[in-house]
Amino acid sequence: MHNIAINGEPVIAREGATILEAARKVGVRIPTLCFLKERSGVASCRVCVVEVEGEPYPVPACATPVRDGMEITTDSPKLAAYRKMALELILSSKGAALASLACEEGAEATELSKLCCELGVQVPADVDGTDALPVVEGNPFLSYDPNLCIECQRCVGACNAAARNHSLQSRMRGSHVLIDAPFGADWRATDCESCGNCAQACPTGALSLKSRRRSEAPVETPAGVQDAEARFVRTTCPHCGVGCQLELEVRDGRIVGARGAQGASNRSLLCVKGRSASYDFVSSPDRLTSPLVRSPETGELEPATWDEALDVVASRFTALRDECGGESIAAFACSRSTNEDVYLFQKMARTALRSNNIDSCARV
Amino acid sequence: MTNSIDDIVEHADVIMLVGSNPEEAHPVIGMRIRQAVERGCRLIVVDPRRIGLASKADIHLRVRPGTNVAFANGMVNLLISLGLADDEFVRERTEGFRIMQAQVEEFTADYVARTCGIAVQDLVSAAKMYGTARHAAILYCLGVTEHTTGTDGVMALSNIAMVTGNLGKPGSGMNPLRGQNNVQGACDMGAGPDDYPGYQKVWDPKVRAKFEQTWGVELPDWAGTKATECFPAMLEGKIKGLYLFGEDPVRTDPDTSHVLKSLAALDFFVVQDLFLTETAKLADVVLPGRCYAEKEGTFTNTERRVQRVRKAVEGPEGSRLDTEIFTEVMNRMGYVQPKLSGAELMDEIATLTPTYGGISHARLDGEAFDRGLQWPCTDAHHPGTPIMHISSFSGSVGAFSTPDFIRSAELPDDEYPFVLMTGRVLYQYNACAMTGRTPGTSEIAGDSFIEINTCDAGALGITDGERIRVSSRRGTVETTARVSSKTNPGETWMPFHFQDGNANWLTHAALDRVSKAPEYKVCAIKIEKLQ
Repeated sequence: MHNIAINGEPVIAREGATILEAARKVGVRIPTLCFLKERSGVASCRVCVVEVEGEPYPVPACATPVRDGMEITTDSPKLAAYRKMALELILSSKGAALASLACEEGAEATELSKLCCELGVQVPADVDGTDALPVVEGNPFLSYDPNLCIECQRCVGACNAAARNHSLQSRMRGSHVLIDAPFGADWRATDCESCGNCAQACPTGALSLKSRRRSEAPVETPAGVQDAEARFVRTTCPHCGVGCQLELEVRDGRIVGARGAQGASNRSLLCVKGRSASYDFVSSPDRLTSPLVRSPETGELEPATWDEALDVVASRFTALRDECGGESIAAFACSRSTNEDVYLFQKMARTALRSNNIDSCARV
Repeated sequence: MTNSIDDIVEHADVIMLVGSNPEEAHPVIGMRIRQAVERGCRLIVVDPRRIGLASKADIHLRVRPGTNVAFANGMVNLLISLGLADDEFVRERTEGFRIMQAQVEEFTADYVARTCGIAVQDLVSAAKMYGTARHAAILYCLGVTEHTTGTDGVMALSNIAMVTGNLGKPGSGMNPLRGQNNVQGACDMGAGPDDYPGYQKVWDPKVRAKFEQTWGVELPDWAGTKATECFPAMLEGKIKGLYLFGEDPVRTDPDTSHVLKSLAALDFFVVQDLFLTETAKLADVVLPGRCYAEKEGTFTNTERRVQRVRKAVEGPEGSRLDTEIFTEVMNRMGYVQPKLSGAELMDEIATLTPTYGGISHARLDGEAFDRGLQWPCTDAHHPGTPIMHISSFSGSVGAFSTPDFIRSAELPDDEYPFVLMTGRVLYQYNACAMTGRTPGTSEIAGDSFIEINTCDAGALGITDGERIRVSSRRGTVETTARVSSKTNPGETWMPFHFQDGNANWLTHAALDRVSKAPEYKVCAIKIEKLQ
């Protein structure tokens, strides 16, 4: 353990902790950009710099381990100027597309634009780069716009240090760092699993889910439901048994996206099904919206009221139960539904249908 | 799972993955296994196919489909003869060792290698690697259970873990990767003919009395029929009515023609679902329910971890909460059931189910928000159980079992010369009711196919991508050939997701004698060029 001081307050920090970890632990916020917990820590952006007593220059908090007796300042006019300049340098090396993105505010704001706002960054009038690089978008779910990329390496960490897929790499061309995103026309020949953990890590939207664009198209929303901003609802993925925690993004009464949350089994990771195929079906136009009862006349399933349908169900099962016994009825529960649903379903089978012929799809 | 995913990823020295392709069927566990391997954990893959993780494995045993019991008995025999058994664990924690030892002696390395179609030295290396590890975890999936000898396969694998003391400690254990999101929970909740919630037996008079008292009604005391056995019972007229909640057996159960005939024989058939599925089209009444994003509840994952499901949006107008529908049916059939919220239902579950005794929505929304609660969780202060059997087994000592090796129910012959296995692909889930409604998934994986070995395809004059006819004794489908060395010669593999060329027209409804799971992983087929 180390005794240190953060902004004059005494703090006890774990051996080997970085300044950023120690500060976060006691609730002191240091702005970050290229750092992402359990993903990436290349210490390249200089946004998380802090002052350490006795050091001639500010040091990156994400990569500097604490030492006993360290006196750290996380906020000062000097640091504010330093951070602002660091961010302006990042922006000025790119083209107009990134500069205009950095100005965005409101619900669509990226992490980068929020940070620009926080640090009072003026988007440079003159930018060096052009927006001439082609967008890579062969993958049905994911695309990469290099013109918005600030080479922060968070996606590289997400693919290599978290998803361990190793299909997204960074490489050098001359003095430039390039992100080699496996979403080109030949993406199927790569090991990419379309999991999108890279897009979740991206602070600028250079790597993004194509569904985000789809959701911007005007859609019919349920009457009377209007959210000023997106809501995020923490829940559990409905597909396989891993139990990944995800946050459904809800806008105007519709789910428009999903992102990984820090669950015990998934550690913020999601697969392609959890991220991209866990909500379209919810608002699918072919959802059933009325009970159907087979007509004795036509032999077809026809819409009925709930009262009619429930009466048919109850009277037919009651007749079977009373005439042939509960043994003549079976009930199969759904292994995709909730514990509460399944509990009540088997209770119904045993108490109302009076049958122990109750099972789930566990075997099939 | 006896252990937890994090625990295995962080602490296992060896992972033995048997009949499981997590990179496709449990993709985030696939990522986490890659993480363990990159940390230095050794990986043994036991699978007939060259699955993705095989390329990261230290040893890949491509056992013949249906020979898991021979493989596991051979491993146990080797572990004992190489002196790698944990004598203290065997003495203190288990019973039946001598009888088991006498039985596995017949499973010599030579015999097992011949039976399973693997090299003796690979089997010996696997036994040494697993047996010398301080923490060795077995992960297994449907490649073990979906056989007529599935239960034997699980018991034989358990012997490997028990004989080496790899239970009740970090980074070890017997870890089934459960299929659907809440198949663990559905079993926990009493959706099984022998069990009330928490695996309390329906034939135990004390247990039944407890449920009768709480539910206020006399309960049936006879043994129920498992779902896979209900289909023949429908044909025999023993089962006349079926209430099917959220399943699509026309697509997912084995031997589709048999399923169709059985459902047609019913007097009355109710389906409750989100969509008009292939099965719902056959029902007398279809009731529109609500999906996971429209209700409050919980799922229990493969680690026994109970986690919250929260309502994000309203359901479509005209649909109803599933619990409301059941409540209506119960009341209309004369059982008085008050309308309860998800949280109130969990409270009722907790009062009746000792292993869920300490679980409530309030706890899962509060202190256990990030980690959920792993059962057994017996009271409101119990932290949950990340690793089971730490100081003792639930039945006090672990009993070795003595499963013998029995071949699959239907083996290849001259007429049907190939083995067919079925399974899942990354981009779809089961009958695609959910995943198939996202455009990109079907663009990448939207059609049925069959994997065939290059040598077999060459002999039949079939090329990669060619449309071909595949038949078993039960049916015929047309599908697309994928020619590679992913499957061994004589072996083929199909996904069961796709309605065009659905593999379940071919599969065999032969059942495991205990679990009654069908043998999806072995049936005999023939392959023909289209004329």
